[in-house]
Amino acid sequence: MPLVDLADVHKSFGAVPVLKGISLTLEKGEIVAVIGRSGSGKSTMLRCINGLELVQSGRIVVDGIELTAPGADLNALRARAGMVFQSYNLFPHLSVERNVMLALKLVRKMSTEDARSLAHAMVAKVGLADKLSAFPDELSGGQQQRVAIARSLAMQPTLMLFDEITSALDPELVGEVLRVLESVAEEGMTMMLVTHEMNFARNVADRVIFMHEGRIHEDGPARETLSAPRTDELKSFLSAVLH
Amino acid sequence: MNYNFKFSALWPYMPEILSGVILTLQLASVAMLFGLAIGLAVAIGRVSSRPAIRMAARVYVEAIRNTPLLVQLFIVFFGLPSLGLRLGANTAAVIALSINLGAYSAEILRAGFESVRVGQVEAGRSLGLTAAQTFRHVVLFPAIKAIYPALASQFVLLMLTTSVVSSIGVTELFGQAAFIDSRTYRSFEVYTLITLSYLVFTLGFRALFSAIYWAVFVRRSHR
Amino acid sequence: MIREFSLNDLVFLLEALRWTVLLALVAAVGGGLLGLLVAILRTLAFRPANWLALSYINLVQGTPLLGQLFVFFFGLPLLGVNVDAWVAASISLSIYASAFLGEIWRGSLQSVSSRQWEAGASLGLTYMQRLTHVILPQAIRISIAPTVGFLVQLVKNTSLAALIGFVELTRASQIITAATFAPLTVYGIAAVLYFVVCFSLSQLSQRLERKYHAPR
Repeated sequence: MPLVDLADVHKSFGAVPVLKGISLTLEKGEIVAVIGRSGSGKSTMLRCINGLELVQSGRIVVDGIELTAPGADLNALRARAGMVFQSYNLFPHLSVERNVMLALKLVRKMSTEDARSLAHAMVAKVGLADKLSAFPDELSGGQQQRVAIARSLAMQPTLMLFDEITSALDPELVGEVLRVLESVAEEGMTMMLVTHEMNFARNVADRVIFMHEGRIHEDGPARETLSAPRTDELKSFLSAVLH
Repeated sequence: MNYNFKFSALWPYMPEILSGVILTLQLASVAMLFGLAIGLAVAIGRVSSRPAIRMAARVYVEAIRNTPLLVQLFIVFFGLPSLGLRLGANTAAVIALSINLGAYSAEILRAGFESVRVGQVEAGRSLGLTAAQTFRHVVLFPAIKAIYPALASQFVLLMLTTSVVSSIGVTELFGQAAFIDSRTYRSFEVYTLITLSYLVFTLGFRALFSAIYWAVFVRRSHR
Repeated sequence: MIREFSLNDLVFLLEALRWTVLLALVAAVGGGLLGLLVAILRTLAFRPANWLALSYINLVQGTPLLGQLFVFFFGLPLLGVNVDAWVAASISLSIYASAFLGEIWRGSLQSVSSRQWEAGASLGLTYMQRLTHVILPQAIRISIAPTVGFLVQLVKNTSLAALIGFVELTRASQIITAATFAPLTVYGIAAVLYFVVCFSLSQLSQRLERKYHAPR
């Protein structure tokens, strides 16, 4: 059974259709980069998979939980599908350590000591062991994003969703975040990333999905799809972002 | 509860109520005008290059904003005569209300000044606008747009606050309530109706002010 | 019989100041509890509740506080509640405070970015956990300075209770003025006393504003 299974998903904001029949499956361990112009529906699709947006029709199953079923336990799903946002969204009133510990205690019901040691390990993994007691506003954008990744990873999710996580960063800070992503990928985590970093998509992702006007326009192995696009839309998109 | 409410007892006093309404609106308008003038002077004083003027402006604002209007009113009406300055109730009311509003409007105006940044002026000049055009389109219009909502709600607040001057015998709307009460002994009915009647003016003015805002600022910027 | 203003009168004024402060405190607590309800009704995803809270706020903020004081002073006895000026003033100032505090708190609650709700949700936190661990701690920090700032308005507005005969600082000043006929001295002292209380609160509010202005 695929880890993520979308079947004919339709979603609109008011009268504006954003997703016009999305079907896709994602196997365990796959790393998928989702690319496309802004407004093509890629972020919305990611948010639907995490239950942050409700869909009008279609079926979404993630890790055996059918989100689109009435009364679905969205919180249980979200505890298993980690999500990292473009704007980091750390909790500004909590230190780095407490940011990571919060859900471990409340959702995973871990003891304070266990939560703390796991938090320390995760923060060390993203290279910020010296920032445990810092508050988000004392960190650079890149550091905040690394903490956000550690916060999601600490929940030991079966799937990680990354929504344009380097788009808000200054260019010189993008590298440190991408390196963290690579190390997460090497551990075999199932990942779905909405990204504008084509080199990263080519080198790290197994598969690329190109979205265009609310539909999946191309879907294939990363290197081939990016080096030999089959449709004019992807060709013109790639020439626009690469030049 | 065996009290017979008799709101109709107020009916014969419509002329008094009407004259009270007129005086309330007059007081609020005149005090708004003077208050804004004082506020403008004080706001300019607060950015003066002379420390003494800056200090005086700040003391004025803090002194007024941290004491009750009622006490300010009593000082003007009861206190000044002991210095040989005898004022009628209406005059004292206008003075106290204007001085009070002056402190609040000074702060609103100051925020308006600060909302216009030097960069915008430079941008205006660099686009080839004359100094006068820059002042009108880049400084004045945006500044007024920025402070308009605060000034509009300040006026409504002022209108409600004028009720306090009934305490020195001014026969504005709330003062008329005391008069009618003394004639009818229908305290509850009188004060309830008079109090609620202010709501009509509050809602009316709010609607008027937002209509003006829409007509002057919103429509214009969409053209 | 007119006498000189004396030290006893100053003591009388200071004692009356206690009632001013006490009335403000009672109104702050009563208005705080009621204001919490107003803020909740205003933010609930239930239209009639929003509408009810908004009408209440408009009614309180759209009529003069002085009028509200008189309505309660004369109205409560008609309901068979025997009230003195103290009770009427406490009730009406509490109601007045609740409308303003409710709006301040609603604003603070809504000024916490919706992304914080999402971040909590994406970690699997339940609605109540998001509210109590993520949103409220931030909203409370944001609301502290404006709440203290509103207390200045509340202290000043307790002076209106003088006009229904409650002996707080302003009413005490009227009484002493009648006996000493030194209005400038007496009201001047009253103004200074109000100033000391209100200015301290204003400064505190500004300090809290600076302290909590950063999101943390």
